[in-house]
Formats: sequence, C-alpha cells, structure tokens
Amino acid sequence: MVISRKLSDRMADAAILLILALAALVCILPILNTLAVSLSDKAKAEAGLVLFWPIDVTFASYEKLLSDQLFFNSFWISVKRVVVGGTLNMLLCIVMAYPLSKERKAFRARNLYMWFILFTMLFSGGLIPWYILITRLGLIDSFWALILPGAVSVFNVILLMNFFRGVPKELEEAALMDGAGPWYTLWKVYVPVSLPAIATITLFTAVGHWNSFFDGMILMNKPQNYPLQTYIQQLIVNTNLQNISDPELLRKLQEISSRTFNAAKIFVSMIPILMVYPYLQRFFITGIRLGAVKE
Amino acid sequence: MKQKGFQLQYHMMLIPGICFLIVFSILPMFGIVIAFQKFIPARGIAGSPWVGLDNFIYMFQIPDSRQIFLNTIVIAVSKIAMNLVVPLLFALLLNEVRLKWFKRTIQTMVYLPHFLSWVILASMFKVNIFSLEGVINRGLEWIGVEPILFMASNFWFRPIIVATDVWKEFGFGTIVYLAAITSVSPVLYESAVIDGATRVQRIRYITLPGIAATIVLLGTLSLGNVLNANFDQIFNMYNSLVLETGDIIDTYVYRSGLMAAKYGLATAVGLMKSVVSFILIVMSYSLAAKFANYRIF
Repeated sequence: MVISRKLSDRMADAAILLILALAALVCILPILNTLAVSLSDKAKAEAGLVLFWPIDVTFASYEKLLSDQLFFNSFWISVKRVVVGGTLNMLLCIVMAYPLSKERKAFRARNLYMWFILFTMLFSGGLIPWYILITRLGLIDSFWALILPGAVSVFNVILLMNFFRGVPKELEEAALMDGAGPWYTLWKVYVPVSLPAIATITLFTAVGHWNSFFDGMILMNKPQNYPLQTYIQQLIVNTNLQNISDPELLRKLQEISSRTFNAAKIFVSMIPILMVYPYLQRFFITGIRLGAVKE
Repeated sequence: MKQKGFQLQYHMMLIPGICFLIVFSILPMFGIVIAFQKFIPARGIAGSPWVGLDNFIYMFQIPDSRQIFLNTIVIAVSKIAMNLVVPLLFALLLNEVRLKWFKRTIQTMVYLPHFLSWVILASMFKVNIFSLEGVINRGLEWIGVEPILFMASNFWFRPIIVATDVWKEFGFGTIVYLAAITSVSPVLYESAVIDGATRVQRIRYITLPGIAATIVLLGTLSLGNVLNANFDQIFNMYNSLVLETGDIIDTYVYRSGLMAAKYGLATAVGLMKSVVSFILIVMSYSLAAKFANYRIF
C-alpha cells in the first residue's frame, strides 16, 4: 500500500507504538522486579527500595538456594512428573485421537465413545468425591497421584482428533493399499505428518504439569513429596494467612519471609518455562488455530 | 472389505484411555451421593446415614452461600467481559503496526505471562507488587498518596483479581483476534483507502464487521465460565480478611470439605456448581453451533 502519510497519521502511529510498548513492558515488569529483588542486598530489598534494577548486586540468595535440599528435591519431582506424565498423556492422546478421527462408516462405535468422553469433560463429581476416591485407591503420598488422575486430557484428544481429520485421506488409502493396519498407519502416516500439532500439545501438557500445585497440595502429606509449585505455594503464598484477622499481623507476617531468598526461588522455578518459551511461541499459534475458530 | 478387522483394533486403541476416564471421572460421579448423606469417612459411602436434602437446605440457609455465589459470578463475569474487550483492543492496535520486528517483540512479551503459574504470579503480586513495600505503593508514595494495604482490602480485592487476570491472559487472547483479522480481505482495505477512509473508519467499517463472528463466538463460548472465577488465582491471592468479597464456590468447597471436614455440605455446593456449569456449557455450545456454525467435533 502506498499512501501519502499526513502528520496526524504519523502522530497516531507513534501513539500506538507507545501504548503497545508500555503494555508489553507492564507484562514483564513483575518478572524483572522478582529478578532484581533476588539479586539485591537483603536489607535494601526488605525496605522495598528495589524496583526493576538490583541494588548492591549479590548472589547470596542463589548460594543459599544451592544448599536448600527440599527445593531441589521438589524441583526433581516436578521434572519427573513432566517427563513421565507428559509421555503418558501424549501416548494416550495419540492412540485415542486416531480412532475417533474416523468417520462413523469406518468405525461404528465412534459416536458412542465421542459422547462418553465429552460427558467426562463437561461434567464432574466435584472435588470431595474425587479426593475420597484417590484416598481409597491408596495414592496419597504416591508419585503416581500426580500422573494417573489427569492421564487423559479430553480437550487435547479432541484437538488432535480435529487435526487428524484434516490429514489428506489419500495418505491413509495408500497405506491401506500396501496392507497396513491401523497401528502401522497411525505411527507411520498420521504421527509424522502431525508433528507440529503433537509438538504443540506436548509443550502445553508439559507446561501444565510443571505449573500445577493443587494435586500436590491435597494429595501429598509429606513435604518431601511436594512438586515444586506446591513447595513454593506452601512456603510463600500460604504462610498461614488464611487464619489471620488482624491487618497489622498480616503485614508483619508478610515481612518475616525473606524477600530476596523467596524471589530467588520464584525465579529459578520460572527458568524451565523461560527456556522452552521460544519453542512454545513458535508452535502455539498453529496450536491455537487448530482448536479454536475453525470453518 | 478387510476393514472389518479394524473395528477391534480401534476399540483396543481407545480402551486404555477409557479405563482412565472411568476410574478418575466416572467413579467420582457416584460419590455425589455424599451430598445426600451425613458422610462419615470411617463408615464409607455405603455405611453413612442418609439425610435427604438436608445439606442443600442448610446450604441455602447459611448467609455464606449467597455471598460465595455472588462473589463467584461478579468476579467471573467481570473477567469474561474484560478478557473479551482488552485483547480485542490490543489486537486492533497491534494490527496497525507495520514494523515486523516491533510487532514480534511486543507479541513475545505479552504472551509470556500466560505460561506462568498462579502460584508464582501470586507470590510476585502479593510480596513485591501490592504489598506495603511493593512497587505500587512506592509509586503512590512518590506522588504523595498514603500507602494502601491492597491485599487486605475488600474494596481493592476484586479489582486486583480481575486486573491481574487480564494482565496474565490479554496477550494470549489477542492470538485468536489476530488470526481473525488476517482473514479479512485486503482488497476491502485498499478500496477503502482509495475512497479516503480514515484509520478509525477502516477499523469501524471493515475490521470490526469482519471479525464480528469471532467476537460473538468467543462471547458465547465463555458463557460456560460464569461460575468459574479461577480457583488457582484466588486461592493463592486471598486471605481471611477478604473472604467477604473474594471467597468463591471453589475455595469454599475446598475449605469446608477438606479443611473443616463438612463433606456433605461441600459435595452439595460442588454439585450445584457442576450441574449449573454443565447446563451453561451445553447451552453455549448449542448456541455456538446454531449461530456460528461452530462444532467441537
């Protein structure tokens, strides 16, 4: 487009750029603030003097963190749950999405299964019966309590199913001509051509596992079984503020926990997300278009 | 054809996942009977005494329940409205930018909060942003305003909850709008420019009508979230001083059920939410299917 640009137009352009830049800055300032606090002198940070740049730079908090066994124990549990849980999630997701992507002519029970999984997605028995069930299964304080209950994400199954439906039928027909069965067709035809979609869902699943704290909080009684988010939640967020009715006391309690040390913990727990984020960003736009607004 | 043998293999593929769903989704649904019992853990579901609708009657009698339903709806509806409008405005502004690198940098920055957990964000907000020594109070002090104890204020709690939720999600929300804007025909813009349309007129008469269907669809689909005020966020940000404005259904179920061991009452409240949400989601899906031709499968 070639248009002569008036002064007022260019001013509006500048204003738009400014607004966007400010909004984007607001999005990352809290993160910068956390990083700055974690690198600052303890007294300065406690006094609230640190904004977005560290004062009297020191790595003391990070050194202290290195000797915090419980933190790294929780970190390791979270890594394990991402790997084990993520793998199980994806295997189940792929093998469920494939038969559901068939037409009813090719797989007669398809709609029955479809309504069933949709129902489990839309209706739930609620927290209490779920908790009692997990207790009865003996999963309390077991690592598998973080993996098994959420092993099937119906939402992801539907997402991948819709993607599989967009795979050209000719590919499958060619495989069938060569005498391939469903398992072979799935792994050798569908999975390879759907890698972008599978990568997207895998990354979202991994982030979901990394970020969840609630199952760890109610299903793990011993602190050494906490995943990282639960550990942080118990330590920083939940310093027994629930039972306090005096604003003065609340204020004081908030001050007891060491700001710099906590900020270091928060920042380290963000690092895995920040590391996969560039890859996430490359994939998730395609991923979003898969599921949302089609047709 | 030989496809006959495939049926069995298709079933085999589905069975493991279906088993997981039966155990972890369907079995708990039978636990709903707890809502009609005075549940005693030691005696189990089979041995606990039945109390009929007592839990539900009690639920409607206590003043708490009116308050938590109100809080849930007020917070959830404010979030739905803001999360429809703010990403739209942001996408419209972003669409005006012609510098590719600038656009991409902005996008990288605004998408990031979506991927961070509420545990981490709540820690940041409570300790470093909204606390007495936090960034906001530093700013207020600078312009000469008395510091405010934000996290203990029933006046500020809801606005903070909605604002931080918008802060986390607006960037991610622009993706859908940007995708819709790209599908508007460029020819329309070119002819509008030739006809001398201003920037505002182009947005008003071409972009907005072009993406109206998407806006309506997103609005309809969010109907299912009217009772979802986001447990993860509120649980990590609230405290006993702001229960009056901040306690929602999910946090109440957690506290009364798992903390205070009022299993029957908590299950009843949870069941209310499940049923109403189910109806709302089915309604929103059928509306979306009817008016926007949207199919989830």
